[in-house]
Amino acid sequence: MAKVIIYPTNSLILSDLVQRFGHTPLAMMEKIKEKVTTVGVDSPPMNITAEEPKHGLKYAAVEVPAGVRGRMAIVGPMIEEAEAGIIVGESPMAFGCMGCARTNELTKYLIRSREMPLLELEFPKDDDEGQEFVYKIAEFLKSLDEVKGESEEATE
Amino acid sequence: MAEENNDVITKLVVTSSDSVLPIDAAMKIYESSTDIVIKETCFGTMVTGPREAVNKVVKEIVDLDKNHIFVKERGFPPGDDRRCRASRGGGTRPGFYFLKEEAMMLPMIGNALDKYDKHVPLKEIEHKKKLGVKDLQDIVESSL
Repeated sequence: MAKVIIYPTNSLILSDLVQRFGHTPLAMMEKIKEKVTTVGVDSPPMNITAEEPKHGLKYAAVEVPAGVRGRMAIVGPMIEEAEAGIIVGESPMAFGCMGCARTNELTKYLIRSREMPLLELEFPKDDDEGQEFVYKIAEFLKSLDEVKGESEEATE
Repeated sequence: MAEENNDVITKLVVTSSDSVLPIDAAMKIYESSTDIVIKETCFGTMVTGPREAVNKVVKEIVDLDKNHIFVKERGFPPGDDRRCRASRGGGTRPGFYFLKEEAMMLPMIGNALDKYDKHVPLKEIEHKKKLGVKDLQDIVESSL
């Protein structure tokens, strides 16, 4: 079972597909849950403490808006933890509530710069594209098992 | 208290099935004897409770129509002040637009999963390519 980072980081479809094919999705929702249920952070309407933008400095420079650094404080550790990644581009809704577009660019850049199995796709627009979308993701996730199995055999 | 909180999770169960309605999923949860809180919504149900119990119930729901019921974890519990419309003065909750966009794609994804299970071969699709700079230049110059 590999930890797979998904982009968009809050995607229902990707989160479900990764779990469906037997891997662990690294998604924003679980990290947010940790934040909002930890005593001391739970102070509506704030979800993060003043510490988060400081942690974000590891991923973005100080001139970058605090919103980007705050988001990177959550997304950055997920990227470091990941063993594989799926990026779905051309997402019309990855703007606005999803977060700052610059955070998204930085997230994609950091995922691509990690040396790990990576699948890049676009959101499907019709049935044929949908079929290709699911097949590619399924094959990619199955191939992770094989890679992982081989590397475990090599270490033994 | 904190440990107790950590073990409580919320999952979104989004149904796009022809045979299973959100109410069927909700009834399944009502039938379970575990201490789970559920909220029925326009897209499906939100299930909150201890991790093990939620996972067990969610698996039972998904098994009703496994390729057409989708699940993801949710960060905020139902009715949270920071997300609930009642305390935010109406409007959609943050994150709803993304969910709505994805919910519209679910029938397509569900059908594709059915085909994947039946090993239907993949059709070859010609993807539209973006116009290259050189080609564009040629077009501009040819019309002069």
